[in-house]
Amino acid sequence: MKLTLKIWRQENSNASGKFQTYQVSDVSPDMSFLEMIDVLNEKLIVKNEDPIAFDHDCREGICGMCSMVINGRPHGPLKGVTTCQLHMRSFKEGDTIVIEPWRANSFPVLKDLIVDRTAFDRVIASGGYISVNTGNAQDANNIPISKIDADEAFGSASCIGCGACVAACPNGSAMLFVSAKVNQLSKLPQGQPERNVRVLDMVAQMDKEGFGFCSNTGACEADCPKEISLTNIAALNRDYLKASLMDQ
Amino acid sequence: MLDSKIPEGELSQKWTKYKSSVPLVNPANKRNLEVIVVGSGLAGSAAAASLAEMGYKVKVFCFQDSPRRAHSIAAQGGINAAKNYQNDGDSVYRLFYDTIKGGDYRAREANVHRLSEVSGNIIDQCVAQGVPFAREYGGLLSNRSFGGTQVQRTFYAAGQTGQQLLLGAYSALSRQIGMGAVKMYSRHEMLDVVVVDGKAKGIIARDLVTGKLERHSGHAVLLCSGGYGNVFYLSTNAMGSNVTAAWKAHKRGALFANPCFTQIHPTCIPVSGDHQSKLTLMSESLRNDGRIWVPKLKNDNRKANEIPEEERDYYLERRYPAFGNLVPRDVASRAAKERCDAGYGVGTSKMAVYLDFSFNMDRYGRIEANKHGLNNPSPEEIRKMGKEVIAEKYGNLFDMYKQITGENPYEVPMRIYPAVHYTMGGLWVDYNLMTNVPGLYALGEANFSDHGANRLGASALMQGLADGYFIIPYTIGAYLSNEIRSAAIPTDHAEFVACEDHVRNQLERLKNVNGTKSVDHFHKSLGKIMWDKCGMGRKGER
Repeated sequence: MKLTLKIWRQENSNASGKFQTYQVSDVSPDMSFLEMIDVLNEKLIVKNEDPIAFDHDCREGICGMCSMVINGRPHGPLKGVTTCQLHMRSFKEGDTIVIEPWRANSFPVLKDLIVDRTAFDRVIASGGYISVNTGNAQDANNIPISKIDADEAFGSASCIGCGACVAACPNGSAMLFVSAKVNQLSKLPQGQPERNVRVLDMVAQMDKEGFGFCSNTGACEADCPKEISLTNIAALNRDYLKASLMDQ
Repeated sequence: MLDSKIPEGELSQKWTKYKSSVPLVNPANKRNLEVIVVGSGLAGSAAAASLAEMGYKVKVFCFQDSPRRAHSIAAQGGINAAKNYQNDGDSVYRLFYDTIKGGDYRAREANVHRLSEVSGNIIDQCVAQGVPFAREYGGLLSNRSFGGTQVQRTFYAAGQTGQQLLLGAYSALSRQIGMGAVKMYSRHEMLDVVVVDGKAKGIIARDLVTGKLERHSGHAVLLCSGGYGNVFYLSTNAMGSNVTAAWKAHKRGALFANPCFTQIHPTCIPVSGDHQSKLTLMSESLRNDGRIWVPKLKNDNRKANEIPEEERDYYLERRYPAFGNLVPRDVASRAAKERCDAGYGVGTSKMAVYLDFSFNMDRYGRIEANKHGLNNPSPEEIRKMGKEVIAEKYGNLFDMYKQITGENPYEVPMRIYPAVHYTMGGLWVDYNLMTNVPGLYALGEANFSDHGANRLGASALMQGLADGYFIIPYTIGAYLSNEIRSAAIPTDHAEFVACEDHVRNQLERLKNVNGTKSVDHFHKSLGKIMWDKCGMGRKGER
């Protein structure tokens, strides 16, 4: 296949970026999207040009590192698929593909397609855990947890923290990410003692990081590669309201 | 020359005795001792969180943008623990014995027994952290058997056990970061170990955003940096898992043990072309219902469905009638390579064999038809019902295969080929997990001690977390209790300066080559040599 790529190039977080156009040929439909960029980078390196910087690691859709907005959609056109698992057979001969970084105030661009997502880590550090030191645990079967609750907690916990929800949201809101963690721990008995303080602290940190407000557009759920449900946000709102009232 | 420092006494009593006699560090002194942790996977995150909880000052380094992305996250299957929740006769001794036997009796017994002893604590700790393991309807934890063991001792969270365990360890680590007890350095790569008067006293790391070299001083350095599977270029490891940390430690005198012990997994998705950057593993459970075959004819270019039954060679069933398609990993891998090398491979690359579900799809379909009381169901009806059974068992794997290859495995057989997956060898460590360089430790896949020549399924996660949560917090005291009088080495010490210069010179020398080939070009070429000459089969001098 022959393709035209319009790729966002930006030297560093202070520089202003622009789209640059590249022609690629001999693209095999069996290539992953990232392998297609690898091949382009090989050519740029041989020509002594700066290769395109992009984040990636496991390349099997679980680490959450890859992050590209492809033709306006985080992780590209397919539902429930990360960029690294997207293959070129999803495109056709002669296509023009526009590739951009995550765009959100709280995720400044570091270079080209790489953004700084440490805001997510700071939100987790503000309360996205159960306070139990190593060695303090009781026997794992001492507290039965209904399969329904355990499965729901697992559904929320399958978030890979890639940030596609923020990139998809017109407000740059991190509500889906934050609510998935809040809801995972709220569903479990072990998460109860810190339930109120957790949701208050995490939401406060989320606001401090400059993420936008949620206006229920649902774009986050539509583009989430792990199909995390919007109902997590509803559960967060309920927990937050309850915690705020009890905090008064 | 090497002293493994295995405690005296009965195997089953060694760890208990050791724990009650190992020197301790008092809380006031812990505050003055700094530990550097390289890598934030299961071993690294667990060690960093636990040491910080105990009061040590900790610095953690990872090359990813967040510690949550370490490659432990990609582990699918599960984690073993000798809980005996299923009342099927499991015990610490049985888990120990299975692990030793599975490793061809080449693992260190004292370490493996200790691993087995703490395995239950890991599950307790993870559940307390909120790790959502699979549960039964009664609310208790569910187990499955794994890797041909006779007991059900594997705990799991769907096909994402590694992810859930790592996120648990990451949450414990994040809590310590939030409290200021751990300083996190993401997007940093360790490029050398600083050795002062024979002891590891710090590292040289590079900030991957600015490119600047940094000096970091500590009283001990923990390498939790994973294995060396990527020396083969193509493996199931993450792209960034490039064994630099362990290799640099080796160059500074830490010895390597059993580097030839590489686990090659038989059920991976084959290479599709020169562009291939990495390989994807599919759970071994597929061999329960898939039959492996190649055409009887060499260089047969017909499509799989055009090759009649009598012209198919089910070579595993033919050669190993007792085990059939469920032969051990190493046997299945070698047999696939042998068939492909002999010219019977399939697919465009001819470096693959078929894993065919049609036989069992029809078998399940007939069972379903019987269940529903259908008389004379058509072959189409049988196949349809069989597909549903297969989808229920392996749906996510079939979807993944289709996503990567573009072929529908419900209609055509899967193509599989073995790939490098895990490395049992690694840095030599003593019972304390310390390398032969004092103050330099290796945890998890980075060390060599617990899996012998072959790792059992669901044991990698167990070892990473055991080392991090329950072993290093004790064993590090044996060394640090003697370091309480030594102040931190200032980073302007001559050894730090010399080490940074060494790193800088090497980087500049490489940069100034001004060659016309990329780094990946060399990695690919060297990896091919490794795979061809030191891969699955090797004989005589080459």
